[in-house]
Amino acid sequence: MIVDGSEGSLKGYLRTLPPVDEVGAHARAAMLATRSIKTTSKSWAIDMAISMVDLTTLEGADTRGKVSALCAKAVRPDAMDLSVPSVGAVCVYNDMVGIARSKLDQIGGEKIPVAAVATAFPSGRASFAVKAQDTQDAINAGASEIDMVIDRGAFLSGRLGDVFEEIVKIKALCGEKAHLKVILETGELVTLDNVRKASYLAMLAGADFIKTSTGKVTPAATAPVVLVMLEAVRDFYALTAHRIGVKPAGGIRTTKDAIKQLVLVNEVAGAEWLNPNLFRIGASALLNDLLLQRMKMRDGFYSSPSYVTLD
Amino acid sequence: MSEPGQFSYAPALESAAIVSIRERYGLFIGGDFVEPNSDTFFATINPATEEKLSDIAGASAADVDRAVIAARVAYEKIWSPMPATERGKYLYRIARILQERAREFAVLETLDNGKPIRESRDTDMPLVAAHFFYHAGWTDKLNYAGVGAFPQPHGVVGQIIPWNFPMLMLAWKVAPALAAGNTVVLKPAETTSLTALLFAEVCQQAGLPAGVVNILTGDGSTGAALVNHPGIDKIAFTGSTEVGKLIATSIAGSSKSATLELGGKAANIVFDDAAIDEAVEGIVNGIFFNQGHVCCAGSRLLVQENIHDELLHKLKNRISLIRLGNPLDKNTDIGAINSAAQLAKINELAAAGDAEGGERWSAPCDIPDSGFWFAPTIFTGVSQTHRIAREEIFGPVLSVLTFRTPQEAIEKANNTPYGLSAGIWSEKGSKILWTASKLRAGVIWANTFNKFDPASPFGGYKESGWGREGGRHGLAAYLKASK
Amino acid sequence: MMERIDVLKTYKLFIGGAFPRSESGRVYAISDPHGEHLANPSLASRKDLRDAVVAARSAFIGWSGATAYNRGQILYRMAEMVEGRSGQFVTEIVALEGVTPEVARQQVQESIDLLVWYAGWSDKISVVNGSTNPVSGPFYNFSIPEAIGVVVIFAEIENSLLNLVGAIAAVIVSGNTTVVIASEKYPLPAITFAECMATSDLPAGVVNVLTGKSSELAPWAASHMDVDAMDCSGLSSELLKQAQIEGVGNLKRIHTFSEIKSPERIVNFMEIKTVWHPIGI
Repeated sequence: MIVDGSEGSLKGYLRTLPPVDEVGAHARAAMLATRSIKTTSKSWAIDMAISMVDLTTLEGADTRGKVSALCAKAVRPDAMDLSVPSVGAVCVYNDMVGIARSKLDQIGGEKIPVAAVATAFPSGRASFAVKAQDTQDAINAGASEIDMVIDRGAFLSGRLGDVFEEIVKIKALCGEKAHLKVILETGELVTLDNVRKASYLAMLAGADFIKTSTGKVTPAATAPVVLVMLEAVRDFYALTAHRIGVKPAGGIRTTKDAIKQLVLVNEVAGAEWLNPNLFRIGASALLNDLLLQRMKMRDGFYSSPSYVTLD
Repeated sequence: MSEPGQFSYAPALESAAIVSIRERYGLFIGGDFVEPNSDTFFATINPATEEKLSDIAGASAADVDRAVIAARVAYEKIWSPMPATERGKYLYRIARILQERAREFAVLETLDNGKPIRESRDTDMPLVAAHFFYHAGWTDKLNYAGVGAFPQPHGVVGQIIPWNFPMLMLAWKVAPALAAGNTVVLKPAETTSLTALLFAEVCQQAGLPAGVVNILTGDGSTGAALVNHPGIDKIAFTGSTEVGKLIATSIAGSSKSATLELGGKAANIVFDDAAIDEAVEGIVNGIFFNQGHVCCAGSRLLVQENIHDELLHKLKNRISLIRLGNPLDKNTDIGAINSAAQLAKINELAAAGDAEGGERWSAPCDIPDSGFWFAPTIFTGVSQTHRIAREEIFGPVLSVLTFRTPQEAIEKANNTPYGLSAGIWSEKGSKILWTASKLRAGVIWANTFNKFDPASPFGGYKESGWGREGGRHGLAAYLKASK
Repeated sequence: MMERIDVLKTYKLFIGGAFPRSESGRVYAISDPHGEHLANPSLASRKDLRDAVVAARSAFIGWSGATAYNRGQILYRMAEMVEGRSGQFVTEIVALEGVTPEVARQQVQESIDLLVWYAGWSDKISVVNGSTNPVSGPFYNFSIPEAIGVVVIFAEIENSLLNLVGAIAAVIVSGNTTVVIASEKYPLPAITFAECMATSDLPAGVVNVLTGKSSELAPWAASHMDVDAMDCSGLSSELLKQAQIEGVGNLKRIHTFSEIKSPERIVNFMEIKTVWHPIGI
């Protein structure tokens, strides 16, 4: 047992983690961003990125119509090109899960999981009972992935045991039915040291994936943050022989951004993480840019937004 | 094509079309390219392919004489009488043109030197322009340089630069010399003259008056002739300690002043409270940046013994990611060794490392068939008496030693005739400052490595040389107090 | 044959990188020495001043956080832009000051060279104004000069361009942002200079230029609690005294200068921060 869940044991362990030098981490991320991914590598990366997209709608104004259209796009991103892979998952609020699941099943998207944000997303400011109910509702409605948020207030005020315990309990609710992504909301944690500590906390508590952000706060999935999280899963694997996934979400809008993420995965965690079981990208507008770039690779000339569908 | 679970990067070549290399180059004297008096030429090659790039002139003693005269005339008639702000504006023009033509210079530097295009593009050329910008601003503020209220230039300066950072070394030499009001005769390294010759074109484009900058290509004999020429008031040299000592001997008894920037065998000290992942990057950067052809390279890793195994494990994993190959590929991390001669030296010392009992480990790189290459290599189990812990290898070879306490780290770090640079990795501020205060090295990087800036003085203690380059201290070397 | 009709330039204020008219709607007429109408530049109000201070404040973090190298390059680019516009400046100076084109050209060239001179200070002022200090005890101790914040400038009004350019360059090269009130008598080159700044990669809000009456605006600037310092070289002695009194509210640093080309003008708008750190294992 690395930690026993007690406040003391957690604090003690997290203190032993090496600090992150912010300038050095930024420099490494910047160097990796200069990788030039061209021709065959670029085509491969675009398709891989598409298959990793958690196509997301998390708006107060979401409706059956909006979610259904999103599902159609998820299954067949490009109506004119069936060689385009379908996405990694569809990500919605828990009261939209049922709509998403039945729509997907209806149109040949049985293999695409529905991920639900839960635990009083995005703020996490509610009683545990509410958070648990939120999670249970999503699972009952057919979500096979739960994206929970950690209690940042508890983390920043040093109640690590509370953060840990919540994750353990939500994981228990997920059981075999759903995999658990734990959103750290790195924009609120601010320092890379905090990102490292929160990553370990989440993994020790049973996360299947660690996720950067809710997408509602900026900054979100910056390269240095993702770098530190990839180092965490790499080192956690060396420690425990368990591979935990990573999901950056928020601010990844262009193909260039997505490819930079894949380069980070490749050179920090390793190629074993380069598949949708261990790496996802939370995004909405990104998909169309991936399609535009895919068209350019295929056709040899630049395309236009008129040639990709809004949904 | 990448397979599932494998992301290989397809070639991403920077085009060489931006560069146009002449078949042959003369010498740049008095504002024009002229034929060498000796009619001697030698080939310069691309060390990644061994293909010839061009023929370079070998300047004779007579050519040196011509150049020094041109520099003297320019100094007395044009440069010295010129109002300081006007001199500065020439340097600003040069800086701007270097920015405009940065890509062209980067490609040419990569072709002639063998360093990766990413480095010449992202590190070398931006620093080159920055040096000219920085020093342009000093020309009319020399009374603040700490050399009295009315400082004077020396006159004609002879400058000899090495092959590892051809344009950057040129900038480090030429910019402060000109800013201080001197004129220059510069000899670039034999194997890397092309960017210096392109710089001559920049001088022309900037309208720099004839004779202010003169470029003499050639070998060691050209350099010796320049050092010994009576018309030279000051020497600035960057290169090996061996040659530095020859220069110091040559000028003994003369009134020539000299700054020398020589070799090093820097200790990169990693304490157990370091930010480990960033320290790994710093170690890699410290010795493998620029193929290890760096005088201030962190060539001795001094790791606290209690984290040795953990650090080496991470280090080897990290080194395995280093991409060796075509320097024009934007994804290449480590390029070609600059020459067959240098490769032979590296091999000789690496063999010594084996013989002395060091354990060699190299990155599993695919080595191309032609060109000069050496895979990133580390030797563990090294002690201070080993040749690979004492002699400058000037290649991508890291020697790993251990220490138990901060005092021991200091003793081992300082136990060398060199004193150019050092690295300190720790997250404890007081320990960083304590270690820095005890290290006998001219440049100390804490939680970083190989950082350069025109405002930051660079140079070494002991046999790493005389004087500093960059900052107010570097500028002061090109001035003397007036009576 | 009919003479070609010139397209006359409209001279507005320069606030937050844009060229708005005065919110008051006021303008005043400027004529050349022969009485020919030249322009109706804006007559800035206290509300324009207020808006300009807001713009300067929001630009401060970015500008003071830029590298010294970057600031120096931008000032150099301002010199490039002024050089390119020499002709227009000469015309304006001749029209306003009644001097010959040769004298006007001289002033323009001096202004350009002054910008270049100040540009070169960005990464060297620490040599003059910073230090490491040999304190007694195992401490590393260093003093760093830092930009002060928002500076309001009333430049000397002996001429229409040179003093304005020098005052601005000295204030911003170290990272300060500024609101400059050009004199009522000489508005045109100030706005043309603003056009140069707007095309120099200078971030919006770093320099804001108002044309108007210093007697009207000085008291409002001096009492403004979000203005950190003032260059009052262009104020009369009564207005200066009044500013010094009004400025006491937030202890504004108020300075006047007699030299246009001096590092003193940079140093006086910086604060010194001294840091201690123990040395030990």
